[in-house]
Amino acid sequence: MSGPPGEGPVTPGPVTPGPDGPQSPGPGTPQDAGTPAIATSASGDAPPPASGGEETAQDGRQPFGRIILESIVEGNSAMVTTLAIVAAIVVGGLLIAFTDPVVLTAWSNFSANPGNAFAQAWDSAAGSYSAMFEGAIFNPHTIAAVFQQASLASALHDGYVSAVFNPLSETAVNATPLILAGLAVALAFRAGLFNIGATSQWIGGAMLATWLGFGVSLPPFIHCVVCVIGGFVGGAVIGWVVGVLKARTGAHEVIVTIMLNYVMEYLLSYLLGTSALGKPGSNDLISPNIAGSAVLPHIAGPSLRINAGFLVALAAAVGVWWLLSRSTLGFEFRTVGANPSAARAAGMSVERTWILVFLIAGGLAGLSGAAVVQGTDHFLTFQSYGTYGIDAITVALLGRARPLGTVLAALLYGGLYAGGVQMQAVTQTPASMTEVIQALIVLFVAAPAFVRALFRLRGAKAGGEGQTLAKGWSG
Amino acid sequence: MRGTIKTAAAFTVVALLAAACGSNTSKAGGGSSNSPSTSATGLKACMVTDTGGIDDRSFNSSSWQGVQEAQAADPSQIAAYPTGIKYLQSTTQSNYVPNINAFVGDKCGMIVTVGYLMGPATETAAKAHPSQHFGIVDYNYTPVLKNVDGLLFDTVQDAFLGGYLAAGMTKTGKVATFGGEDFPTVTIYMDGFWDGVQYYNSQHHKSVKVLGWDEQTQKGAFTGDFTNQTKGETLTGTFLTEGADIIFPVAGNVGLGAAKAVQDADSQGDNANMEWVDTDGCVSAPQYCKYFITSVEKGIQTAVKNAILTSVKGTFAGGNYIGTLANGGVTLAPYHDFASKVPAALQSELATIKTGIENGTIKTPTKSPV
Repeated sequence: MSGPPGEGPVTPGPVTPGPDGPQSPGPGTPQDAGTPAIATSASGDAPPPASGGEETAQDGRQPFGRIILESIVEGNSAMVTTLAIVAAIVVGGLLIAFTDPVVLTAWSNFSANPGNAFAQAWDSAAGSYSAMFEGAIFNPHTIAAVFQQASLASALHDGYVSAVFNPLSETAVNATPLILAGLAVALAFRAGLFNIGATSQWIGGAMLATWLGFGVSLPPFIHCVVCVIGGFVGGAVIGWVVGVLKARTGAHEVIVTIMLNYVMEYLLSYLLGTSALGKPGSNDLISPNIAGSAVLPHIAGPSLRINAGFLVALAAAVGVWWLLSRSTLGFEFRTVGANPSAARAAGMSVERTWILVFLIAGGLAGLSGAAVVQGTDHFLTFQSYGTYGIDAITVALLGRARPLGTVLAALLYGGLYAGGVQMQAVTQTPASMTEVIQALIVLFVAAPAFVRALFRLRGAKAGGEGQTLAKGWSG
Repeated sequence: MRGTIKTAAAFTVVALLAAACGSNTSKAGGGSSNSPSTSATGLKACMVTDTGGIDDRSFNSSSWQGVQEAQAADPSQIAAYPTGIKYLQSTTQSNYVPNINAFVGDKCGMIVTVGYLMGPATETAAKAHPSQHFGIVDYNYTPVLKNVDGLLFDTVQDAFLGGYLAAGMTKTGKVATFGGEDFPTVTIYMDGFWDGVQYYNSQHHKSVKVLGWDEQTQKGAFTGDFTNQTKGETLTGTFLTEGADIIFPVAGNVGLGAAKAVQDADSQGDNANMEWVDTDGCVSAPQYCKYFITSVEKGIQTAVKNAILTSVKGTFAGGNYIGTLANGGVTLAPYHDFASKVPAALQSELATIKTGIENGTIKTPTKSPV
């Protein structure tokens, strides 16, 4: 990270906001980019990663944090990410197998019956993963049940058809808050900022959305929209505080966001204990239920939990993509992210950009809170924020800080969570195993980035990285 | 790269061969032992944990203990883990609904949920599946739900006894308590402890002081969570420095930090002891048993076990259960190492007070009523 305003060396480094990956429609040249310098640099958007990499590889004086950031945003190819997922699933499978008491017993008798030892290990891992698949994507038994019904109409009516789509619905429900919070982190990454505070912004949004949900009485559709907007505003306020502190005082956003997480967690606990947010007549730290008019409607029938929050999340992803790739503001964000000094020299207000980035990022994380409260939970407790804010960081990393990547990563995580429930219910494999797999994915994705950051290497070829990865998990 | 692929391929081939050879014997062995006991008459007892997890040394592990005891009590009707009894862990609050739904779909006869945070989720599921039996620990419903056993515990009663005992045992005239967080389920213990000390003072014309809590102002010491043992150790160290010699932590695993501080004080020759909370400390943390005068127990285990057994026997009635001293739902644990150290007079006074609380002649006020 470059320090407070004016501290960084005024190197005429490349103002490369980075190639936009597969979803990039081409050079993101803004219509009214001010000076000629910017116009030239905007064309740096077009060349493939390799050339961008060569330029910065010679610059050994960049701060460590900045190199990590750039590695995240520009580094890994889709190939590496895919290989990382495969590697994590393989290692996870070994962990599932060799923490299973049945398998361990079989292996303790390895010399007597080696076949059984392998068979038990395979059964354990395969059983867990197939249960996970059934919980996250689709369960063949539910299809069979549909065909056993007399007619399609009766199958529809009795809920057999919706049972087929339940796993996908659960995946989407789990992914929704992760998409939104992930975007909050990804947007900041693109502007060269670490947003570790998605948790605090989530709480800010959730508190305002909940309060509007039960404290205000409005007509159905309007109430719902007002609460969603309230979620954005609540998160944006918290994000704005971070941006202002960084811009005005130079306080590092990592410290500020982490500390604000604690502030907001305790504020939430406190407010739930008062009449402001707590349930009247109860000592429990839980809010009243929001009004039915504030609930995000189900979009695939009442028996599936998927709700309009998923659409909000997808719309937000498109919005962030448009912002980053199509708007002047987004161009400024990326320019400040790539080289604040150059951005300043080109006449951009770096401080204003920081504040705006955190304002929007906070709003996105706040929307995540609103989506959970209005979509599935319908009330707020002292631990509603769960691990969304932390997962958001890994989702954004995995999605390479791109909107589309973030959506896909969130869907992967959502699927792992949804499948984890089924896996635990059917095979009693601890659901924590899904978290281990998630952590392994991030570890494998992050390891090449870290290695390159440490050795000041950039833009390794995809094949080279595949090799590093393969070496990593064979030995 | 190529070498890796070869190794992986070789391993896969070996594994597949092994699977093909081994599957016959293993399947036959595993299947025969399980299937007869899960006949149509059997019942599955399933538990959804709170975010604390199955081994939190607190209400989740106590509840799971109760499920296991129910299975042990009626093995002909409830098969062993993981067929007849099973659990799902909630890592975040968003897991509650899917976990409960997974068990409803799994045809569990009885679903036990843990903690008031699961109250709304359990209520929704209970209303959607009126013939499904539920039990919920630390929560109940007004009006009552016919298919849910709401299990609450009036821990102010045994904490009152614990406070009286601490006041009778202190040599410095100061005792201390602290909580994990300022939650009603925590402060009810602290209220009872405080009441017990005041009652001792009024009976014996003493002025034993309670550090860390005041029932009148409802203000006191909290570590901020139920996991960080270092905070418990630091806070207990402070209390000991201020002259307290008996500590009553109401903070789950944080209490282990308190025990560490007590042990350190003891090794330096200071007199320091404590009372454990929720479970019998000599069972859940036996390494510190010699410092536990007693434990202020909450009978979650027994309540969960009984709820499941009524479901098995077909006598399940639903409604609300409140554990008290009278019905054994809350209790002081045995003195263990202190059996000879607690004066006989004090023991008989405690017995008298217990009767007094049971028949209502001694009041146990609290600002966090169940």
